[in-house]
Amino acid sequence: MNILVYLEDRNGQIRKPSLEAISAAHALGGTVSVAIVAADASALIEQAKSLNVSSVIVASDARLTNYSSRAFGRALAAIAKEAKADVIIIGATGRGKDLAPRVAVRLEAGYVPEITALSIDGGEILATHPVYAGKAQMVMKVTTPIKVFSTRPNLWKAPKDGVTGEPTMQNVAVDWSDADFKEHTKDLVLSQGKLDVAEADIIVSGGRGLRGPENWPLIEDLAQAFGAATGASRAVVDAGWRPHSEQVGQTGKTVSPTLYVAVGISGAVQHLAGMSSAKTIVAINKDENAPIFSIADYGIIGDAFEILPPLTEEIKKLRGH
Amino acid sequence: MNIIVCVSHVPDTTTRINVAGDAKSIDAAGVKFILNPYDEFAVEEALRLRDKLKGEVTVVTVGADNAKEALRQALAMGADKGVLVKGEKKDSWQVAEMLATAIKPLNADLILLGKQSIDFDGMEIAPMLSELLNLPAVTVAVALNIEDTKATVEKEVEGGREVIEIDLPCIIAAQKGLNDPRYPSLPNIMKAKQKPIAEVQGAPSAARTEVVQMTKPEKKRANKIFKTDGNATHAAQELARMLHEDAKVI
Ligand SMILES: Cc1cc2nc3c(=O)[nH]c(=O)nc-3n(C[C@H](O)[C@H](O)[C@H](O)COP(=O)(O)OP(=O)(O)OC[C@H]3O[C@@H](n4cnc5c(N)ncnc54)[C@H](O)[C@@H]3O)c2cc1C
Repeated sequence: MNILVYLEDRNGQIRKPSLEAISAAHALGGTVSVAIVAADASALIEQAKSLNVSSVIVASDARLTNYSSRAFGRALAAIAKEAKADVIIIGATGRGKDLAPRVAVRLEAGYVPEITALSIDGGEILATHPVYAGKAQMVMKVTTPIKVFSTRPNLWKAPKDGVTGEPTMQNVAVDWSDADFKEHTKDLVLSQGKLDVAEADIIVSGGRGLRGPENWPLIEDLAQAFGAATGASRAVVDAGWRPHSEQVGQTGKTVSPTLYVAVGISGAVQHLAGMSSAKTIVAINKDENAPIFSIADYGIIGDAFEILPPLTEEIKKLRGH
Repeated sequence: MNIIVCVSHVPDTTTRINVAGDAKSIDAAGVKFILNPYDEFAVEEALRLRDKLKGEVTVVTVGADNAKEALRQALAMGADKGVLVKGEKKDSWQVAEMLATAIKPLNADLILLGKQSIDFDGMEIAPMLSELLNLPAVTVAVALNIEDTKATVEKEVEGGREVIEIDLPCIIAAQKGLNDPRYPSLPNIMKAKQKPIAEVQGAPSAARTEVVQMTKPEKKRANKIFKTDGNATHAAQELARMLHEDAKVI
């Protein structure tokens, strides 16, 4: 089985969800190749060499400085053909979720999005995809010869660096047309120096129970003690206390961190939709009947204003600050 | 401006989900269906653009007869006419295919839709339509500005926003934040009943994926919940200890 993983980068750095996709690929067995689509691929090729993969296949062109979905889709499909890929795995990032369905259409391949598990059973690849806001999950099978999957971030471990292989290198010529560049990313505006909820390993989220934006330092201090990102419920975002980029849930971001701490959040189904695949869930809420407790691993029933300051101190101690 | 909005008829989020006897789908009995919430942002954006730039808004859906309810809801918001593509939805590709076939002859300047439908949560239709119709597309749009035949779109990504320039005709998939959808007024709900809904028969190719099994996620949560009992510091210490020793997350 030939498996191809797309290497997404930001500023010349391979992104973690792509590394996790490589782990998912290795777990399936078979030969793992990686695809690079970039204007200047040199930095990525260097990084790819230490990923324990069989081959690195590159499509390069000056017009690829910024993401252009159709151009990248065409390139990745061309690479997949070159690699004779049976399976293509793409990290389900914002870009990955745009790219994977395109590549599927171009290759006449079935696609299962945002999978949370991948296995082989009796020679058949089975992929798990959460549906209905996480209230159910589907085990799916792709019935076409080529199969495309996108992997939800944070659920596979990134492979350890430095396991150098000697991958073969290959360049693919792609016949882009001008029409492929009718849409391109002009600019990427990043929120300054903040860890994004979608990427964080630990998240501390606050809800309406915090009463107002003036109390957010309590959330931020705990997040800092953990080395975590801050998140928020929709109630808080709608009230204008926090930006929408921090919203976790169905109309916000879907996250799967190692640890999710929900403070003063009731746990409405739309909120759970975004965070219920977190590995460990902690809830702090003064209402013992709050639905959040039904999916929490650990929880304190009590007043967040009393609990947060000593909790922050304890976490600092444990993490040796 | 000829604007097409693709909408979907989906179970309400707050609906209890029960797996049907076939263990591959949900039991639809008693489930309340609504217009997909993300599609409301798309409909709203279409109405605003039509009112500004003149033109017409057509809403299109794929499904059985009852999917007309979603069309009626969009028409009640203010869309001009609807198209029901009759067809069974076995996978997203088929839906995209049936939509593409129905949309192609309509000469759209702009195709809007929600970033995902809240049943299968796949985020697949916009990119698939983009390939099937040979049109550029942007997903997860939180801002859209159109000038002549160019649009500037802001897309939500990890850690920030991408600013994307795109040529019309194009496909834009809406995320919350794009606008505040209006509620249909009573007169508009009445008017919507008179608006035309065309019906066409969808003819998709074979499905490319298959559901092997649908299950409810089993909870294997530690569920160690305790009260502060008047001593918040002690409770905090206890929680920190559990996270350290038990969950080993710190
Ligand atoms: C279409 C749709 C999409 C939605 N999408 C999202 C989404 O993406 N994300 C999302 O979060 N929501 C979403 N919602 C909204 C969701 O239904 C809830 O309204 C929202 O999550 C509630 O936020 P909350 O828990 O912060 O507030 P509340 O429900 O008001 O809960 C506040 C909680 O704080 C507790 N509390 C109060 N004081 C204290 C204290 N001193 N100490 C400790 N606890 C305290 C209370 O007991 C309560 O449980 C959506 C809704 C709809 C209809």
